[in-house]
Amino acid sequence: MSSHSATVTTSRISPARARGFGIFFIFLAVAMAVLFGMGSGPDSATFGLNGPDQFADLPTVEIPAAGTAYFLAVVAAFLGGMQLARGFGHRIYLVLGVVVFLFIFAFLVWATEDNSLNLYGMLQSTLLRAIPLTLGAISGVLCEKSGVVNIAIEGMMLFSAFMGVIIGSASGNLWIGLIGGALAGGVLSSVLAVLSIRYRVDQIIAGTVLNIFALGITSYLTARVLVEYQNLNNPGTFRQFSIPIVSKIPLIGPLLFRNNILIFLTFVLVGAVWFGLNKTRWGLRVRAVGEHPKAADTVGINVQRVRYRNVIMGGVVAGLAGAYLTLGSVGRFDENMTAGKGFIALAAMLFGRYNPVGAFGAALVFGFAESLQNKLAILNVGISSELLAMAPYLATLLVVAGVVGRTRVPAADGVPYVKE
Amino acid sequence: MLVPTLALVAALFVGALVIIFTDPETLRAWASFTANPGRALSLSWDAASEAYIALFRGSFGSRYALSETLVNTTPLLLAGLSVGLAFRAGLFNIGGEGQILAGFIGSVMVGFSFDSLPAIIHVPFALLTGAVFGAAWGFIPGFLKAKTGAHEVISTIMLNFIMLNVVLWVLKTEFFLRIGRNDPISKSVNESAELPKIAGEGLRVHLGIMVALAVAWLMWWILFRTTIGFRFRSVGANPKAAAYAGMSVAGTYIFAMMMAGALTGLAGATQMLGIKKFLSPGFSGFGFDAIALALLGKSHPGGIVLASILFGALRAGALTMQASTSTPIDIIVVIQALIIAFVAAPTLVRAIFRVKLRRSERETEGVLAKTWGS
Repeated sequence: MSSHSATVTTSRISPARARGFGIFFIFLAVAMAVLFGMGSGPDSATFGLNGPDQFADLPTVEIPAAGTAYFLAVVAAFLGGMQLARGFGHRIYLVLGVVVFLFIFAFLVWATEDNSLNLYGMLQSTLLRAIPLTLGAISGVLCEKSGVVNIAIEGMMLFSAFMGVIIGSASGNLWIGLIGGALAGGVLSSVLAVLSIRYRVDQIIAGTVLNIFALGITSYLTARVLVEYQNLNNPGTFRQFSIPIVSKIPLIGPLLFRNNILIFLTFVLVGAVWFGLNKTRWGLRVRAVGEHPKAADTVGINVQRVRYRNVIMGGVVAGLAGAYLTLGSVGRFDENMTAGKGFIALAAMLFGRYNPVGAFGAALVFGFAESLQNKLAILNVGISSELLAMAPYLATLLVVAGVVGRTRVPAADGVPYVKE
Repeated sequence: MLVPTLALVAALFVGALVIIFTDPETLRAWASFTANPGRALSLSWDAASEAYIALFRGSFGSRYALSETLVNTTPLLLAGLSVGLAFRAGLFNIGGEGQILAGFIGSVMVGFSFDSLPAIIHVPFALLTGAVFGAAWGFIPGFLKAKTGAHEVISTIMLNFIMLNVVLWVLKTEFFLRIGRNDPISKSVNESAELPKIAGEGLRVHLGIMVALAVAWLMWWILFRTTIGFRFRSVGANPKAAAYAGMSVAGTYIFAMMMAGALTGLAGATQMLGIKKFLSPGFSGFGFDAIALALLGKSHPGGIVLASILFGALRAGALTMQASTSTPIDIIVVIQALIIAFVAAPTLVRAIFRVKLRRSERETEGVLAKTWGS
């Protein structure tokens, strides 16, 4: 199966587009050299790399700002040249990720010049912000791979954040709250499933309905119930725990292996959904239904059932994302607390090209942009935080417009299936 | 009219259930239903009817209430026309919020920048700038769709959030920031750019409602009496056939999104010059309501006028309802969501009310369905 999808991917990148990538890399290289290389003084940037409770602490890293920018620019230019000369084939998206990473790193060094930054804290806040985006994006992947457009990730997250808090507080048990939140997402997504599969309502309209409904009902109930009964808005949060030994590895130990259960669950889901979609019979069926439902039906796959199952699963995952926002993070519900996170998750799904691992990567980039907003204020760099806040949306706009790597949508995404 | 009316009735009914089952006293009565069923039922009736009566009083019950209804109708009508126009051309404009903010920026800028213009020039100039800014913001998704196939739903959602940050950004510039203030609040619109009040000083209703109604008529005329409108409807109904007939589908997408953006920008401008008077951060909410009322009005200017009066009334009445019955204002958002759900799923309405629909109403099912890619 993997060889098949690889050939599909390779044939999809036209020579013009491949050239576009090469030019884009070189453009980024020039930007790095001009903005961050020439824009830096003679000073160094200092990075702290240590989290709590490690075997041993890493030394503080001090790197020259201008030199690093020039070096990274050369690497990016080299990769661009390689792409133009030889082409990376289907590995281009991996290379794209590397180049974007180099650019971000060069930016960070430039911004930190003559200053110091705790890289561990930055990476940790990036990861924490990426978790709900990743879960939301996986929800979208599950729905859309089976051919149902889900723009209601936002609504599902909001609704389950609310239900998680109420159920968790009322039962006094976080686990019951988590299950309740996940099920709430499932309930909302089954409405999406019924509207779009059974009643063949336009799926974008159905999703819009759910977003508006979730905002309305949670705001209504917050004003009606939570304001009066404050104790229903106090479920507590999941405690973080360490995985023995590995959590003591410097930097990555505390970063990856000392977290709460929802974060570990997200790691598992990223891998599991990728594996499930690409390597199992279930995944093959889902993709068949999303690409060519008629053919899938002909070979005996129950199209509607696959779609129902996937959309409801997607809702449960979006429910986990919502539950993370309350039970896994701040421990209380506030009106409209998702504030567009569901749409950034949608963006991460598109940016990650309907691939759970890609979506995780995109979510990390978006999470980084978010955490950078706070850091920039501290570092006092002349870049407005609004510009950075726009970055995820701008990037998505570029992706859907095919400026940087066109996303291929499942062929039957959004089209109701009518059995003949 | 049948489906929208039934949808409204069904939505109000479900809304009533929500009101009833979140009222603590009524809930307690239901808990002891077997002991005293009459009490539970009468309390339920009271809770729902009191809320809806207060809603009605706050929207049509007095001269002030009527004025408030029309105040809310004005931006809703213009934004609804925008969504409706885009629908006719086969486009789903979720970008209302961003375009309204663009209209806010354009109109407030002209509004506070000139202080010696006569109102007869200043007002139209500010309105027009708002519309132009909206059109510019609408051009982007239209252009992306026409040239690259980027789905307008995704691009307009992204543009909404981009504009939200643009507003925050302009509110940090000296040009916009109110003198002597550090919090994000812009200078106020000069008096010469304010839309005149049309029912006396005590009432907020302003000339914007006349503008909006005139634009509604204009849109009807364009859609059904001009070749441009015919092109919009042809492309919306079947882009392939329209292309075969020699129409430029790409050009129509761009033009339709620009017109839709101009209408929403105008919605923002009337709200700015008539009510708001200064720019502050955050979405207005009108852009999202506009989607609901365009669907309810079946994308027909006349239907949109009626739907926007209904939604304006809901918005105006909800305040009175909240004040006098402690039913939170957000119930109208729930009702609006239910209205769209029922309008968009005629089969559902048919199943609930057990009525047969006319062929034309049946055929609207699933017409809008399409993929991200195309």
